[in-house]
Amino acid sequence: MNPIGGLNPKKERKPGAELTEPAPVRWLLITVALAFLALFLLLPLAAVFSQALEKGAEAYFAAFSDADALSAIRLTLLTAAICVPLNLVFGVVASWLIAKFDFRGKSLLVTLIDLPFSVSPVISGLIYVLLFGLQGWFGPWLSAHDIKILFAIPGIVLATIFVTFPFVARELIPLMEAQGRDEEEAALVLGAGGLQTFFRVTLPNIRWGILYGVILCNARAMGEFGAVSVVSGHVRGSTNTIPLHVEILYNEYDFVAAFAVASLLAMLAIVTLVAKSLVEWRINRDRQPAPGNE
Amino acid sequence: MSALLSTTEKVAHAGATLRGISMKFFSKNRHNVLPGFGLTLGYTVFYLCLIVLIPLSALLFKTATLSFGDFMAAVTAPRVVASYRVTFGAAFLAAAINALFGVLVAWVLVRYRFPGKRIIDALVDLPFALPTAVAGITLASVYAPNGWLGRWLEPHGIKVAYTPLGILVAMVFIGLPFVVRTVQPVLEEMEAEIEEASACLGANRWQTFYRVLFPVMFPSLLTGFALSFARAVGEYGSIIFIAGNMPMVSEITPLLIITKLEQYDYAGATAIASVMLLASFIILFAVNLLQKWSRRFAER
Amino acid sequence: MSIDVRNITKSFTGFAALKDVSVDIPTGELIALLGPSGCGKTTLLRIIAGLETPDSGSIRFHGEDTTRRDVRERNVGFVFQHYALFKHMTVFENIAFGLKVRPRSTRPGKAEISTKVHELIRLVQLEGMAQRYPSQLSGGQRQRVALARALAVEPKVLLLDEPFGALDARVRQELRRWLRRLHDELHITSVFVTHDQEEALEVADRVVIMNGGTVEQSGTPEEVYDRPATPFVYNFLGNVNLFHGRLHEGRVRLGQMELSAPEHAALPDQPAVGYVRPHDLEIERSHADSSSVEAVIRRIHSIGPIVRVELERGDTVESLDAELTRDVYQRLALKVGETVFVRARKFRVFVDDYQI
Repeated sequence: MNPIGGLNPKKERKPGAELTEPAPVRWLLITVALAFLALFLLLPLAAVFSQALEKGAEAYFAAFSDADALSAIRLTLLTAAICVPLNLVFGVVASWLIAKFDFRGKSLLVTLIDLPFSVSPVISGLIYVLLFGLQGWFGPWLSAHDIKILFAIPGIVLATIFVTFPFVARELIPLMEAQGRDEEEAALVLGAGGLQTFFRVTLPNIRWGILYGVILCNARAMGEFGAVSVVSGHVRGSTNTIPLHVEILYNEYDFVAAFAVASLLAMLAIVTLVAKSLVEWRINRDRQPAPGNE
Repeated sequence: MSALLSTTEKVAHAGATLRGISMKFFSKNRHNVLPGFGLTLGYTVFYLCLIVLIPLSALLFKTATLSFGDFMAAVTAPRVVASYRVTFGAAFLAAAINALFGVLVAWVLVRYRFPGKRIIDALVDLPFALPTAVAGITLASVYAPNGWLGRWLEPHGIKVAYTPLGILVAMVFIGLPFVVRTVQPVLEEMEAEIEEASACLGANRWQTFYRVLFPVMFPSLLTGFALSFARAVGEYGSIIFIAGNMPMVSEITPLLIITKLEQYDYAGATAIASVMLLASFIILFAVNLLQKWSRRFAER
Repeated sequence: MSIDVRNITKSFTGFAALKDVSVDIPTGELIALLGPSGCGKTTLLRIIAGLETPDSGSIRFHGEDTTRRDVRERNVGFVFQHYALFKHMTVFENIAFGLKVRPRSTRPGKAEISTKVHELIRLVQLEGMAQRYPSQLSGGQRQRVALARALAVEPKVLLLDEPFGALDARVRQELRRWLRRLHDELHITSVFVTHDQEEALEVADRVVIMNGGTVEQSGTPEEVYDRPATPFVYNFLGNVNLFHGRLHEGRVRLGQMELSAPEHAALPDQPAVGYVRPHDLEIERSHADSSSVEAVIRRIHSIGPIVRVELERGDTVESLDAELTRDVYQRLALKVGETVFVRARKFRVFVDDYQI
């Protein structure tokens, strides 16, 4: 499974104190690594906020009072509000299936669940054009019945669901696999029903993973650009999401507004990173064995 | 009435038998007492088909309607081939750069202590969490001739924004977490004893690294490389703002697909997309093989 | 090569692992560091190897101070508890590793390495397994590969951390004897760490018993078993019965029982505890003198050559364990519920109020 975005609670590694590189080598490696990260990660992040605030706070906030910006924010929130719950339910169901049962074709299923992750966002949009476009499978029928999916909100929602499809599942599968099925079996032996077992035994164990999966899924749903760009039709004020709005502002050389709106998404990214750290810290704490010796 | 009842019964019975057979087919351990196998399997497969497989198959069917000649013409047009070269070439270079620095970053994060380590560790995921459009406009502005970095590079004759070099920079940016996050857990899992054993046997640090530690992390490094490469090949949002998008020079394949779509050349777009999809499937397959390979020495 | 451990102290954050530990290890001996988990035995072993640096004190190899010398230059063979085999290398490559990483000037040629490795493979009885990976071996086989790998560099000292800890009981027995035989053949000064007293007593020439970061006693297996220096050693090496009482002018009153303790004659009156091994308890039918105590038989386990009898003292209601040979048991014709008299054939009195 793809490692990205996965929770990786750190293990405290205890190397023999005598076995490490000499201090100068250590500091050289640390310096080079940090310089690389500063150049490639920190600098762009700082640039977002710097550019957004270039003309002062007033210009910054003016970017949000624009009607088109507000409509983009509304559409993005709506999209996320539809996608996240759907993929959450799927993620929980799929991870229960994969973590608690052994069956033929399981590894194929896991690969397929991960599939949207390895498909270019542009292709993710394109397939919906092929399905619902005028020349697509359902295009003629839809246009005959005057139903708009492509270049309208349903298309945006569908493409976003596709792109964010694996997010919750991939957080939960490893977590639930690590937990095994002993506790659930114990609950059943003690007379709990299937749903009771899930809500009282399984859920408390995976709640942090679910939380992080939802945050991640939400972040991607709000930030998706490529796929949405293909299916949206870019109608200002009606089918523009926040990232698309950023693109339009940028291409119109309205940099302050573009970066101001972009800073919303950057803050969302920071929240995601902080949430990840917190959840990892929680999981780590829960796993911490009782203090022992040797 | 009774006839109706018996029909319903028959149907129910047949359904049950069918379900029994399919359960037997899928289920390896029939003794598993946990409930919900049929339900969760059914729902998972249904949702997977609805959201992922049917839409994706549309691409394959659409491709299949093209004649072989048209298909080949679409996917081997000079402008398309040039875009492959730019996309795959830059992605390969970016993955190589990320392999090098990714290992370095993972190594430093796992093995050394320094102030701010937790924050730096969290920051590694930024390219994954930051929406690609934001990354795109930011990188473009940082490396633009008057940008924070472009300002310093320009006088030395290094043009980054609006050149293939810009594509490389964007691909390095979005691919970095893949290598770090695949190598990091392997480094964390590595038993300190292995290094101690190596030292006891007289190996120096460098010998320990390249004979003992590197072979252990190599499969994960390759996996990270492949994932980083795959991500870079498909990337769109963070690249187009910085790329300049000059046909034959700095036009990436995903952009070309969109261009074709905008020209209502659905067949052309589909053909190119199917080539890209095939490429990503091959990479995905390679990654799976790699992961199997990396487990080959795992203890039974 | 002899090893001289002098006044070693080592603490990790928040706890002292070793407190002023000194141990002498003569050339060619096989020494066991024995103690409960957390007693500092593994830390001591790692300090001898050079994998940890002591806070103070020194390690001398053959009189030469090696305390600050790098692990690579100490020429020690170390066998790790979980073997630490290189998973991506075959058995052959694992064993050859130490030879291949030598500096070019002292590195043997390919053919020489191959001969040497195959010699070692024969020594550890793994013929035909040279091309296998560690994952294809059983626990006992891995253990032997680890040993062969350590021996390949011709170490002057062999250190083994819980060498049999991860194996099941049968293999353990076998490997234990094999290690002993191997040591008799090679005569490398060897130190192994274990928490299993039986293992230590069976295999080692000398046993160093550690507790709470200090050495409790060191000596031959007979010495430490027969003449434990401290209550801890008494307790750690096998079962023991405790008789709580008071010391008075070289005699101890332990309930109805009175024993002489001439070694404590000079001490003032104070609480004392008598330690008696189960096989040093004699059961008698009649009350001879004040050195025996009345007890009721609660249970008899008569499986095997030794018969274990659980008794309850008449005076304090504390329970006692006695071990008799089958002959004695049959002669006495003991039955559950009978009242008998128990006498300590051999005992040891300790005055410090040591708590079990």
